[in-house]
Amino acid sequence: MLAKRLVTSVIVLIGVSMLVFLIARVIPGDPARIALGPNATTEQVESLRQRLHLDQPLPVQYGHFIADLSRGDLGVSLYTNRPVMRDIAQFLPATLELILVAGLMMILIGLPLGVVSARYRNSWIDNAIRLVSLLGVSAPAFVWAVILMLLFAYFLPLFPIAGRISNAYSVPSVTGFLLVDTLAAGNLRAFGNAAWHLVLPAFALALSGIGQAARLTRANMVETYDRPYIEMARSYGFPERRIARRYAFRPSMIPSMTIIGLDFAAMLGSAFLVEAVFAWPGLSRYGVAVILRKDLNAIVGTVLCISALFLIVNIIVDLLTAWINPRIRYSQRA
Amino acid sequence: MRRTFHILLRNPLSLLGLGLVAAVVLSAVFADFIAPFPEHRGAVVDFANFNRPPGWPYIFGTDLVGRDIFSRILYAFRISLVLGAVVLAIAVPIGVTVGLVAGYLGGWTEYALMRVTDVFLSIPPLVLAMSIMGVLEPTLTNGMLAVTAMWWPWYTRLVYNITRAEKEEGYVLAAEIIGASRLHVIFREILPNCVPSILTKMTLDLGFVILIASSLSFLGLGVQPPTPDLGSMVAEGATYLPDSWWMTVFPGLAILVAVFGFNLLGDALREILGSDQ
Repeated sequence: MLAKRLVTSVIVLIGVSMLVFLIARVIPGDPARIALGPNATTEQVESLRQRLHLDQPLPVQYGHFIADLSRGDLGVSLYTNRPVMRDIAQFLPATLELILVAGLMMILIGLPLGVVSARYRNSWIDNAIRLVSLLGVSAPAFVWAVILMLLFAYFLPLFPIAGRISNAYSVPSVTGFLLVDTLAAGNLRAFGNAAWHLVLPAFALALSGIGQAARLTRANMVETYDRPYIEMARSYGFPERRIARRYAFRPSMIPSMTIIGLDFAAMLGSAFLVEAVFAWPGLSRYGVAVILRKDLNAIVGTVLCISALFLIVNIIVDLLTAWINPRIRYSQRA
Repeated sequence: MRRTFHILLRNPLSLLGLGLVAAVVLSAVFADFIAPFPEHRGAVVDFANFNRPPGWPYIFGTDLVGRDIFSRILYAFRISLVLGAVVLAIAVPIGVTVGLVAGYLGGWTEYALMRVTDVFLSIPPLVLAMSIMGVLEPTLTNGMLAVTAMWWPWYTRLVYNITRAEKEEGYVLAAEIIGASRLHVIFREILPNCVPSILTKMTLDLGFVILIASSLSFLGLGVQPPTPDLGSMVAEGATYLPDSWWMTVFPGLAILVAVFGFNLLGDALREILGSDQ
């Protein structure tokens, strides 16, 4: 099953590369002209067109693109004048750090809320949780980011307004993940400062995921509670806590996991919005800048990189689901 | 239908959803009559009243060039709703047809169609729309195009799963044995059984289309000024936080109210139509 899954993923990734490539080539106007500006001579534009293979037919251009890609070369960004690969490597860790922390919040807050909601279903606790989680789903991340920032950074100055870390701290960049780098440098105060900067952006990003996770977990658990084996467990006199944990929660996790994985991956997109509000120096500012400047190589590289991450996350979720669900696990062995 | 409506009115949350949706739709339709300053939807400048906090007659305050934010929100609802309706009107038929065909025919058709769907599903929605908007000029029409391009695969997924289950049912076999054409089986036999799920998803999605469209214009990739749009209003005001908080908070809350309403209503429909079967 895993092999088949990987083959499908590779096919999909090739499809994504074609789609992204096509989107970037229907661009109105000449990218070489845009890159060089209005003062460039026709010869200069022509030579850049040749260098970028823009004078050749589309399939040939795609061939060049794939050949370069297999060498880890995404071309040069016309905006930063550096290899796109290096730009992405520089900006990606900040975005990943934000998403990982938000994902953790989603699971650690969303799942328990859903469990509590299902266990006390139709009580006031349940109704309150359902209302709050629906509100969480109902606004884009940037609205939550602005509201949280206004409440907890301006009116109640509990958290910093923007950035990843205060200027007072300088930490050598090893992995690009500040939480890891500060720990590696043994600088606990810098670690605390970086973590403190992460709270608001990550929570703004996580809010819709928290709502979604809570809603799903509740829905699936309520369904599981109606199964005969729960009734059996009750008639054996098992305590409610044990029934909730062992018999109702685990089977409900299986359908929730796939969606939670999708939500987690969707954060790769929403991160763009949160980063814009909190001036988070991640991939988003780069992505928006290159899109506004019609920087072909950089757009293709950014979208491809995000899509690859998206696919990887989904494969990991599939593997986790198989690991939790004995039926899938055993049918694989057979 | 009457029963559905009756159940809807009994539950306070569903009622709230219905009320919010009705309020948003009505204020969009009758914006010309409700808005205290209808001319403020365009490029009006009134520097005598710029940057006013909420008060009378500007109940949500004014923006940087003195336009009434409340009036602009009403007109922004209009644009959002039209955008959502157009996107769904194009995306749903495409997605549903692909899903029906893939699910019913199976084999290579299924494999090819579903992999194409997977390709679209494996780019985060917002990123796909952004890259389309990036290469096209940011206009309302292109915005609809970009959002449509990312929306249809979700309906394909939904309908595909239902079709795969339904095609094993007795009534489909019966139709096939009588000699009904494939087209008849797909559109006259299977499709009607997908309709409740499709309708529920459309109600929920109208909210999410508004959400995504506002996200695009928040990034400067959607509807362009001076056309009022909730996302770009939030973006414009965000530069002037915290002093001119009303410029971001009210458009932000407007998005929340609209999407929340559609979500409540969609949830209610799902429960009612689900229990019907």
